[in-house]
Amino acid sequence: MRLSGRGINCVRGGRAVFAGLNFEAVSGEALAVTGRNGSGKTSLLRLIAGLLVPAGGSIELEGGEAEMTLAEQCHYLGHRDALKPALSVGENLSFWAGFLGGERFDASEGLSAVGLDHATHLPAAFLSAGQRRRLSVARLLTVRRPVWLLDEPTTALDTAGQDMFARLMRDHLASGGLIIAATHAPLGIESRELRIGGIA
Amino acid sequence: MSALAALIRRDIRIALRVGGGALIGVLFFLTVVVLMPFAVGPDLALLTRLGPAILWLGALLASLLTLDRLFMADQEDGSLDLITMSRTPLELACAAKALAHWLAAGVPLIVATPVLGLLLNLDMLATAAVALTLLAGTPALTFTGMIGAALAVTLHRGGLLMAVLVLPLSIPVLIFGVAASQAAITGPLSFGAPFSILCALSLVSFVIGPLAAAASLRHGLD
Repeated sequence: MRLSGRGINCVRGGRAVFAGLNFEAVSGEALAVTGRNGSGKTSLLRLIAGLLVPAGGSIELEGGEAEMTLAEQCHYLGHRDALKPALSVGENLSFWAGFLGGERFDASEGLSAVGLDHATHLPAAFLSAGQRRRLSVARLLTVRRPVWLLDEPTTALDTAGQDMFARLMRDHLASGGLIIAATHAPLGIESRELRIGGIA
Repeated sequence: MSALAALIRRDIRIALRVGGGALIGVLFFLTVVVLMPFAVGPDLALLTRLGPAILWLGALLASLLTLDRLFMADQEDGSLDLITMSRTPLELACAAKALAHWLAAGVPLIVATPVLGLLLNLDMLATAAVALTLLAGTPALTFTGMIGAALAVTLHRGGLLMAVLVLPLSIPVLIFGVAASQAAITGPLSFGAPFSILCALSLVSFVIGPLAAAASLRHGLD
């Protein structure tokens, strides 16, 4: 599987964020997108996820499922964690597992992998920022998607959480997945750097 | 299908929990209708004549009250991004959300109608007629209102804008809903004609609402 972008132009609010960006990532590879604030790291991830429309250029996934769009084969882990405070931890996760569909894994296994199995019945409103992030990570594990788009994935995670997440990312890469992560902090896994804009 | 069922189940669950919209709509409906007899005065004949119109207006405003959060809540917490990216077509997801909203916020209004009919001096037949027209007409309010809710997503504090956009669209529903109720109570028109048009309005909104809402959500991607 190969995800590649050619000559991508991104315009937000009438301002060119970046232009002529090329990137490429293959199965088993992690791409760390770096750059100063406002250089367009999040925009690049949202372009790949189909949540923004590129002003020019193309993004293609070769070797994926032919009848599915790129966005349908991606997991997007953004700043906002898509959790409903009124629902319990288990309900939040099982909703996304049911809604996203496709190949699924056991939700309780996903929860224990991120260390939240003791809080299944707790409303998400009572979770801390780090626990919310862990619950979002559990979503990535419960439904299989080959491409992970991660926006500052390690924010709010404690040291143990970062180690746990690095291990999960390594497993995902080993199973033929592909990761594109916008990040300032080191990911904790071997990754290739894609720098956007000038010197950070 | 299971994806849509999961979405409907989730939205109903959220609406019924603390802070959800379902109860607020019914309480508002109750308050508006209870206030009316005090404003109109103790003229029972007048109340009977105004009854269907008051119930319909109350239901219209109550269903609008919670509708502006239909997509906004999902947009704020990032759920809308994942719904847009998913394998479920956005049109169907919109329709599922509107259906869930109607089940959680619209059906309780219809259930409350017989109780409120007593306050407006409506007899059994009149109450049944109003409840029946609400059953046929409130889905149209939800499914057209959804278009406004989708447009309001891209604007902060779009709640008022939504009311301005949606209320004109709901005029036909209001006209035929009240006309059918009046026809059943006083005549001389037959109940069938306005009621059929009301049903037709609902059916049209089932098609146009999800398509327009999904188009405006896609356009508003940012």
